[in-house]
Amino acid sequence: MSGAAQYSDERAREIIAAHMGLEGPAMPILHALQKEFGYVPDAAVKEMAEALNISRAEMHGVVTFYHDFHRAPHGRHTLKICRAESCQSMGAERQARAFLDKLKLDWGGTTPDGALSVEAVYCLGLCAHSPSALYDGEPIGRVDAEMLDEIAAEARD
Amino acid sequence: MVKLYIPLDMAAVAMGADRLAAAVAQEAAARGETIEIVRNGSRGMLWLEPLIEVETPAGRVGYGPAKVKDVASLFDAGFLTGGAHLLNIGIVDEHPWMKKQNRVTFVRCGVIDPLSVAEYEAHDGFKGLKRAFEIGPVAVVEEVTKSGLRGRGGAGFPTGIKWKTVADCPPGQKYVVVNADEGDSGTFADRMIMEGDPLSLIEGMLICGYAVGASKGYIYLRSEYPIVAKVFQAAIETALEAGWLGKNIKGSGFDFDVELRIGAGAYVCGEETSLLESLEGKRGIVRAKPPLPAHVGLFGKPTVINNVLSMATIPMIMEKGAKHYADLGVGRSRGTMPLQIAGNVKYGGLFETDFGIPLGVVVNEIGGGTRSGRPVRAVQVGGPLGAYVPVSLFDLPIDYEAFAAKDSLIGHGGLVVFDDTVDMAWMARFGMEFCAIESCGKCTPCRLGSTRGVETIDKIRSGMDVDANIELLKDLCHTMKFGSLCALGGFAPYPVESALRHFPEDFRKPALEAAE
Repeated sequence: MSGAAQYSDERAREIIAAHMGLEGPAMPILHALQKEFGYVPDAAVKEMAEALNISRAEMHGVVTFYHDFHRAPHGRHTLKICRAESCQSMGAERQARAFLDKLKLDWGGTTPDGALSVEAVYCLGLCAHSPSALYDGEPIGRVDAEMLDEIAAEARD
Repeated sequence: MVKLYIPLDMAAVAMGADRLAAAVAQEAAARGETIEIVRNGSRGMLWLEPLIEVETPAGRVGYGPAKVKDVASLFDAGFLTGGAHLLNIGIVDEHPWMKKQNRVTFVRCGVIDPLSVAEYEAHDGFKGLKRAFEIGPVAVVEEVTKSGLRGRGGAGFPTGIKWKTVADCPPGQKYVVVNADEGDSGTFADRMIMEGDPLSLIEGMLICGYAVGASKGYIYLRSEYPIVAKVFQAAIETALEAGWLGKNIKGSGFDFDVELRIGAGAYVCGEETSLLESLEGKRGIVRAKPPLPAHVGLFGKPTVINNVLSMATIPMIMEKGAKHYADLGVGRSRGTMPLQIAGNVKYGGLFETDFGIPLGVVVNEIGGGTRSGRPVRAVQVGGPLGAYVPVSLFDLPIDYEAFAAKDSLIGHGGLVVFDDTVDMAWMARFGMEFCAIESCGKCTPCRLGSTRGVETIDKIRSGMDVDANIELLKDLCHTMKFGSLCALGGFAPYPVESALRHFPEDFRKPALEAAE
């Protein structure tokens, strides 16, 4: 994601401390860390384990369980393409495959220039406008090949 | 001043509602017209989104689907006074799609400003809670039980019994948890109610908390719904400012707080015990039951977990009484079901109706058949873990028991329509693949069964020992169905078995498509 801050232990500790008053604070902390740094760095996982008083292995288990959390820097832009049944009923799978092939990517991959990451998502709740996608948090209904190409071009700018 | 409504609903936004609202405001300013734009929820006629509604003395006149390029011509046609235009659909309340429904849970959705407490109250909001305060907690639980309301999340468990179990636990810390992890393909009712009428969900939680003796409620929302998160957080703050949340609510002596939590893309967290683990900050791995979450739930405390729709229906049940609700529906399926019509369908959207309407009527008459114009071949009902229903079963009524009798399920009320180009062996493979991707890994039938399922279907699709592998697949499905800990592994066989049962020819094609 663009505008991500450089990682520092100090900033990570601040973010963690800001959430310690919550019941079960791990998920809100992970979201906040990813929002700040664009991913969840290993060093932050270590800080979290200490703050929450659990083992690093346990904390690692939590971070890796969820599809949304990245362990390494991601593309500056993220395109999530739905490949659930409703979108498949409108040809999403074939369309997404062609798009990925054109970019020489597989699901979860990032373009070599670091501009765009393409992820699979399983339902955006836009099933009456299938196929659908989410570009940097903006929902898009009735996506076609042309729209996907435009997004890829825009991401590079 | 003319009042206009342009939805903030995620589906409307995905079709350009934000840009449309900006363009309308700009055009009005340029023409010197004073207007007020209310960002409402969707009326459910999603094929008409973005739908602009204009308030006129005759009622709200709709124009849709409206694009930015239509804005100038709408003003030219005098749409601010309900003028004629190609996009004019007439009075929205009189539209046939609206007239055929019985809106109970969705009665306010798309009608009111979702973030206005005053409008919510003007449309009977908080009347249910006020009545709850009058009759007391014990009577509230009785009322919910008598209504016959069953959990709308998919399992269909009686809501009243769940509440009573928690209410009967000794006093102390208890929780109300709302499952807003609506991950099923073809479903969007939770999203729509949280965007279009969020206060009804908050009121439902308040009534629940009051009835069972809980002072804290959590909503676990999936991360795929960014607009819901914004609208709902704003709704919480609005309710707090108006004194409908927090300490000593409206002088009742009842304290209740609500907190919104966001998931992180794990489908299994829609399973109630996984959801609790995730809320506690752990991996979203299912817990074996018993103990039930009603006894040992969030942070080990007694917890009510309800789906968004179940909770949002409670205020109306409390307001109008259990009998009013129970009188709707068929058999043991009481009340209404908000059906979500999706996939390859002409008129996709949200259609709330009493239980008992035949499936074929929903697909062909309400939904208008396929969008592609080709014949309907299959409808997956109840999400990715639901069965594929063939056209030959279209007289099946929407009723939990009727569907169960045909090895199918209603689930959360989502219907995904497929035309005759669908490859059912591929869809069966996808069902297994989805289960493999999303399995939490705790139990063997789900974790290994789904991966072996993908491999076996690949062999069948490539024409390898087809008969033996179909037998193996059936056996595998049986093991997953009866050996898995939760609904993910337990229900994943439904799409596979139904595809095998109703569309056997798709599993015996010559091995031409192996390159898929």
